[in-house]
Amino acid sequence: MSAPACVVGVFGQLDAAVAALEALKAQGYANYRVYSPAPRPELAEVLARKESPVRLFTLFGALSGTAFGFFYAIATSLDWPLVTGGKPIVSWPPFIVIGFETTILIGALVTVAGMFLLAGLPKLGGALGYDPRFSDDKIGVVALGGPAQLAAAREIFRAAGAEEVRDA
Amino acid sequence: MATLATPVLDTPPPPTYGDVTHDIIQTLRPPGKKYFAGMAIVLVGLLFGAISWGYQLRYGLGVTGYQPPIFWGSYITTFVFWVGIAHSGTLISAILLLFRSGWRTSIYRAAEAMTVFAVMTAGLFPVLHLGRAWYAYWVFPYPNFRGLWSNFRSPLVWDVFAISTYLTVSSTFLLMGLIPDVAAVRDRAAGWRKQLYGLVSFGWKGSDREWRHFGKMYLYLAGFATPLVLSVHSVVSWDFAMSIVPGWHATIFAPYFVAGAIYSGCGMVITILVPLRKAFHLERYIEVKHFDSLAKLCLLTAMIVTYAYATEFFMAWYGGNTFERASFYNRAFGQYWWATWIMLSCNAFLPQLLWFRRIRNSLTALFVISIGINIGMWFERFVIIVTGLSHEYEPWQWSYYVPRWPELGILVGSFCWFSMWFLLFIKFFPAVAIAEVKEGLPAPMQAGAHR
Repeated sequence: MSAPACVVGVFGQLDAAVAALEALKAQGYANYRVYSPAPRPELAEVLARKESPVRLFTLFGALSGTAFGFFYAIATSLDWPLVTGGKPIVSWPPFIVIGFETTILIGALVTVAGMFLLAGLPKLGGALGYDPRFSDDKIGVVALGGPAQLAAAREIFRAAGAEEVRDA
Repeated sequence: MATLATPVLDTPPPPTYGDVTHDIIQTLRPPGKKYFAGMAIVLVGLLFGAISWGYQLRYGLGVTGYQPPIFWGSYITTFVFWVGIAHSGTLISAILLLFRSGWRTSIYRAAEAMTVFAVMTAGLFPVLHLGRAWYAYWVFPYPNFRGLWSNFRSPLVWDVFAISTYLTVSSTFLLMGLIPDVAAVRDRAAGWRKQLYGLVSFGWKGSDREWRHFGKMYLYLAGFATPLVLSVHSVVSWDFAMSIVPGWHATIFAPYFVAGAIYSGCGMVITILVPLRKAFHLERYIEVKHFDSLAKLCLLTAMIVTYAYATEFFMAWYGGNTFERASFYNRAFGQYWWATWIMLSCNAFLPQLLWFRRIRNSLTALFVISIGINIGMWFERFVIIVTGLSHEYEPWQWSYYVPRWPELGILVGSFCWFSMWFLLFIKFFPAVAIAEVKEGLPAPMQAGAHR
């Protein structure tokens, strides 16, 4: 039988999962993950991960959209220079509407693409230590590491009040 | 010795995480007879609409009630109506998210789905209105051998960009919000449904990494959707306001249309939620307080719309423009008086009932009022479009238009098209947001404590 890759703690209570994470951190663990049915600020606080860089995708997408919208309206107007309503060929005020809409469109789509990229979606296979109960009413804390670390993690999970501790 | 009484709770305890998953996923069980009966009615109505359109394609736009110079009639009216309906969905899902309004959580999914289906319905009408529907692609800017491009100075082209963007972004917003909930359904499904939901959930597992990026993405999407929703109906209003037709050429049009759109959309959300809540026994999640808040939004936007009506009539009189004054006199007391007074009754007078809490907390009363709001807002667009065109500058051009049966058939068909998609949606996807409802609940704590 091969050695377990991780230890999974199944928690029915949020404060128990938070206590387990705090204990893991106190013992110097860095390699762990948490599954939860809903985002909880208590978990985010104890995990203290860096802020998501999705916003950079948003900024890049929105600026690209603005540039594309104005470029498109200006370039096609110059390609067929037909005066309508006595207005200039390159009329800024109406082109703002086009630039605005493409800012939103491309900004939104690139933001979604950024989330997919950063979150590692789509995830075709299973995830290490995942349990279907984690999308229902349980919180899963998964600790990875060597045999000694996993043994310590088992103890931490039990001490924190895990309903179930298992290897995966 | 008196026995110790069991403590009585004033309010029932909030559902647990497990209750939420169970109660919402049970709405996806195989449908019963009532569902199929409803779907059958909807499909018959849709068939009637399809036959009406087929008849129009065969014999041309002459089968409509169009009379020169009135070539914008029920189709453009219904187009604006459905675009307006879409707006409250985005208001509830995006704008109220940015305002951190907790009451949106239980109702935003249904409202968001309504938005997408309403835009899908609205998008049919410019095509129906074209007559030669097979040339619909001409409205999109595409490279062609003559080197011709769209006239970006035309509000109709702005409309193409605005509506296409709105459909794309609102669909994306709906689909992204569904991902965690579909994953919860996947984990409780079997067979082909598990495979299908696995695909739609993109393999979501609810890890801290996924939630971290997802939360930010959702916030930024809401940030994009908020100015978008305000811009879309503004652009639709400019289809009218940029012209010089009396009754249309007004700077008030953009905020006036946006307020009307939110008013009509909130009305439609109530129309949908009342039967949905009853049919799926969702009383624990969609509470009377949610309807109370929706009714308050209706009242607020009804007051804005009423103010806009008053401003329009006042400016027609005070502005001193003969044509404008004649157009508005005709609107209120001329040949379309009936349409105008239906509009005023439903949009200005009827919602005044919502000042009373008893009315706001009575679902029957709210449902009846919401139907009145839907009728009133369709007539508002009819009044603006048709009375404006029927009474322009030259008296010899004055005309009278009423929709004929193919137009009414298509109107009925549009409601059935919308209802068909909604009925399908609520049987395939959770109509209440599972993860967000859980997020709003007290977290389960040790020894039963709640934080």
